[in-house]
Amino acid sequence: MPFSAGFTHAPTAWHGVAGGLFLRAGSELSASGSIVQFENVGLRYGTGAETLSDLTFALREGGFYFLTGPSGAGKTSLLKLLYLAQRPSRGLIRLFGEDIVTMPRARLPGFRRRIGVVFQDFRLVPHLSAYDNVALPLRVAGVAESDLHNPVSEMLAWVGLADRASARPATLSGGEQQRVAIARAVIGRPELLVADEPTGNVDPEMAKRLLHLFDSLNKLGTTVIIATHDLHLLSRIQRAEMLRLDRGQLADPTGALRHPPQRPEA
Amino acid sequence: MRGNSRRFGAAERVLLPEGRMAGPMPWVIAIMMFLTVLAAAAGLGLGGAAARLGDQIGGRVTVQVVEANPTARAAQAEAAAAAARRLPGVGAVRIVPEREIYALLEPWIGAGGLESDVPVPALVDVDLPSGDRAQLDRLRAAVVAAAPSARVDENAQWLAPLARLIGALRWLAVGLVLLMVGATAATVVLAARAALDTHRETIEILHLMGATDVQVARLFQRRIALDALFGGLVGFIVAGVVLILLGRQAAALGSDLLGSAALAPTAWGVLVALPVFGVALAMLVARITILRALGRML
Repeated sequence: MPFSAGFTHAPTAWHGVAGGLFLRAGSELSASGSIVQFENVGLRYGTGAETLSDLTFALREGGFYFLTGPSGAGKTSLLKLLYLAQRPSRGLIRLFGEDIVTMPRARLPGFRRRIGVVFQDFRLVPHLSAYDNVALPLRVAGVAESDLHNPVSEMLAWVGLADRASARPATLSGGEQQRVAIARAVIGRPELLVADEPTGNVDPEMAKRLLHLFDSLNKLGTTVIIATHDLHLLSRIQRAEMLRLDRGQLADPTGALRHPPQRPEA
Repeated sequence: MRGNSRRFGAAERVLLPEGRMAGPMPWVIAIMMFLTVLAAAAGLGLGGAAARLGDQIGGRVTVQVVEANPTARAAQAEAAAAAARRLPGVGAVRIVPEREIYALLEPWIGAGGLESDVPVPALVDVDLPSGDRAQLDRLRAAVVAAAPSARVDENAQWLAPLARLIGALRWLAVGLVLLMVGATAATVVLAARAALDTHRETIEILHLMGATDVQVARLFQRRIALDALFGGLVGFIVAGVVLILLGRQAAALGSDLLGSAALAPTAWGVLVALPVFGVALAMLVARITILRALGRML
C-alpha cells in the first residue's frame, strides 16, 4: 500500500511475519494489567544529582501515552529506562510483569525484542541501506532472509520510502531518516513502542500521518509512549493519556492534564 | 545473553562496514604466520635430524684397525669383523671398502697415490641395536682380542655434543613458535578491541534491538577469521616458497647432516595445518575478547 493511500489500515506485515514474532504477554502482566510499573524510581548519572526522582506510575497494556515536559526535564532518561538502555539507581521497575532492575543481563535481549524504539537522533546504522535498517529487528529476531522482503518493503512503502530502499542514511533528509527509524521501530509489531520526538523533523502533514501509524499500531494492541513538545500532536489522539515531567519528577502543576497517569495503587 | 545462537544470516556480511583487508591486522598476521612457519619448519627439521642422529648414537660403533702393514691391517679387520659377528646381540657388521675410505679423505688429502703414501686405518661398522654399555664392553674385548691393532670408537662420543646442540635449537624453535602464537593472540585482542571501539554505535543499536552478545560477537569473529585466513595464507605461501628454495640449496650441498634435516611429508602436513590453527586461534581469542567487552555493557 503506497504511503499516499493513508493509514486507514495497519500494514499487512504486522499480521504476517512481524505479527508472529512476539507472543502476547498478557499472562506475564500484573493483575492490574499494567505493562510498565515504576515505583519510587530514581536515576543518577555518575555522582551527580538525580536526573529522575521518585517516579511512580503505571502504563496500562494497550494504552497510548504522551510524555511531555520542558527540555532537560528527564524525558529521554525516562525513555531510556523504558527501552532498557539504562537501569535505575533506585526503585523498582516492572516491565511485562517482571522486575527488570534485578533481572540478569542475559535475559534483557528477549525483553528488548518486545520493545520498539524511535530514537530522537534516529540512530540508524550509517553503512546500511534504508531497507537493511528497517530489516534489522527482524534479522536480530532470527527471521529468515526469504521472509524479510515483503514486510520490509511494505513498511517502507507505508512510510513513503519505497523508492529510497537502497539509500543510505547519509543521503536521506532528516525527515526521511526519521521515517526509516519509525519503520524500524514498528516493523516487528512490538508490545511497547517508545518514541522520542518522533515527529520533530517532519512537516505537519507527515507528522499527522506518522501519528496515524502509531495509532494503528496501538489499535492492534501495542502500548505506545511518545515524548514530544508538539502540542498539536497531543490533541490528535483523543484517548491518549499524558505524563508530564518537570525537573525529573512527574508533575501536574496546572491540573490541566486530560488523563493523569494511573498510579499502581489505583 | 550468551545462550542464544540466532544468526543474522546474510546480514552478517553487511552489518560491519569495513571489508576484509581493512587495517593492518591481516598483514601483521601474515608476518606472524611467515615467522611461525619458518620456526616450526626449523623445529621439525631439527627434530628429524635429531632422531636420525639418535639412531646412530644408539647403535653404531666404528672399529678402526691402525696397522701400517696393509696385509696385516686387512687380516685384522677381517678378524675383528668375525669376532664381532660371533657375539650375540650384534646387528650388521660391515668392513668399509677402501675406496669409500679414500673418498671420505679425498677432500682433505687429495686424490691419487694415497694408499702408497699414507697408511689409512681399516674401518669396520658395527651396529649394536641394544646400545647398552655391557654389550659395548664385550664387543671391545672380543675385537681387541682378535685384532690387537683395533680400536673401538663409539659414534656417540663425537655425535653427542652435536645432538645436544640440535636438541637445544629444536627447543628454541618450539619456544619461538609459542611466542608467535602468543603475539598473534595479542594482535587479535588489540584488533578486536579496536573494532569494538570503531563499531560501538552499531553494537549499541544492535543491543537495543535485542541482539545477544553471541550474535554481536559472531559478526566480529567472522570478520577476524577472514583477516586471519588471508594473513595466514599469505604468510604460509611466502614461508613455503622460502623453505622450498632453502631445501634445494641444502640438497645441492650434498651434506648428510643438512639432508637429514629435510622436511618429511608429515612435517609438511603440520606446516599446512598452521594457517588453519591460526584462524581457529584468532576466532577463539576474538570471541573471548568481544564477549568480555560486551559483558561490561548493559
